[in-house]
Amino acid sequence: MLNVLAQTGPGEMLEGLKAIGAGLGYGLAAIGPGIGIGTVVGNAISAMARQPESAGMARTTMFLGIAFTEALALIGFVVFILLMP
Amino acid sequence: MAGAGTAGPVSAVTDHADVVLPAEGPEREIARDLARRAAWVSPAFLILGAVLDGVNGAVSAGVALVLVAGNFLLGAAIIGRAVSISLNALYGAVLLGYVVRLGLLAVIALAFKSTGWFVAVPFAVTLLVTHLGLLAAETRRVSMTLAHPGLAPSAGKVDDTPSTDPTSPQE
Repeated sequence: MLNVLAQTGPGEMLEGLKAIGAGLGYGLAAIGPGIGIGTVVGNAISAMARQPESAGMARTTMFLGIAFTEALALIGFVVFILLMP
Repeated sequence: MAGAGTAGPVSAVTDHADVVLPAEGPEREIARDLARRAAWVSPAFLILGAVLDGVNGAVSAGVALVLVAGNFLLGAAIIGRAVSISLNALYGAVLLGYVVRLGLLAVIALAFKSTGWFVAVPFAVTLLVTHLGLLAAETRRVSMTLAHPGLAPSAGKVDDTPSTDPTSPQE
C-alpha cells in the first residue's frame, strides 16, 4: 500500500481523495432523505389503512413529501458531481 | 402479553393487506403536470446554459431537465404500480425505488460526464432549481385545490354548478 502511494504523484493523490470524498458525501447525503422518506411513507400508509376513503389526499401529500425530501439527496448528488474529478 | 386482544387505538387499525387502491392515482397526474411544467420552463434553462457555457451548457441543462422530469415520472409509476398490489408493497417499492432512482441518476450523469458535452454548473443549477421550483409551484396548486375544490382547474371544462364548499363566500 505504501509502495503504491509512494509511486503516485501529488496531483493523483489529491484526485483520488476527491473521488473518495465525493462518493462518501453522496452516500452520507442519501441517508437522511432515506429516513425521511421512510417516515413519510409509513405515516401515509397508516393514514390510508385507517381511512381508505381519504387515500387520494394521503397519496398526493405523500408524493409531494417524498419529492421534497429527495431534494436533499439531490443536493448531495450535485456536490458529488461538482467534486468528481 | 399485556394489552393483547383489548380494544384500543392500535387494534382499530385496519390490516394493511386488506387495503388495495387503484393504480391510477393522483401522483401520476402530479408527475405529468410537473413534466409539463418542466417543458414550459425548459427554454429559460436552455438559454441560461447557453449563456453560461455555449452549446455544451445548453445540452447539460437539457439533460438535467430530462433527469428531473424522468425522476418524477418514474417515482409516480413505481408508487402507482405498488399501491395496486398492497400497502406493504408500497413501502418496500418506495424505499427500493428511492435507491434505484438515485443510482440511475448517478449512472446517467457519470455516463454523460464522460462524453465531453458535460458542464457541471449549468447541470447542477438546472437540476436543483428545476426540482425545487417545480415542486413549490405544484404544492401551491395542490394546496389551493385541496382547500377550495371548486377552484380546481379542469381540462377544457367549465363547471357552472355552485360550489358546495362551506368555506367559499356566500352571496
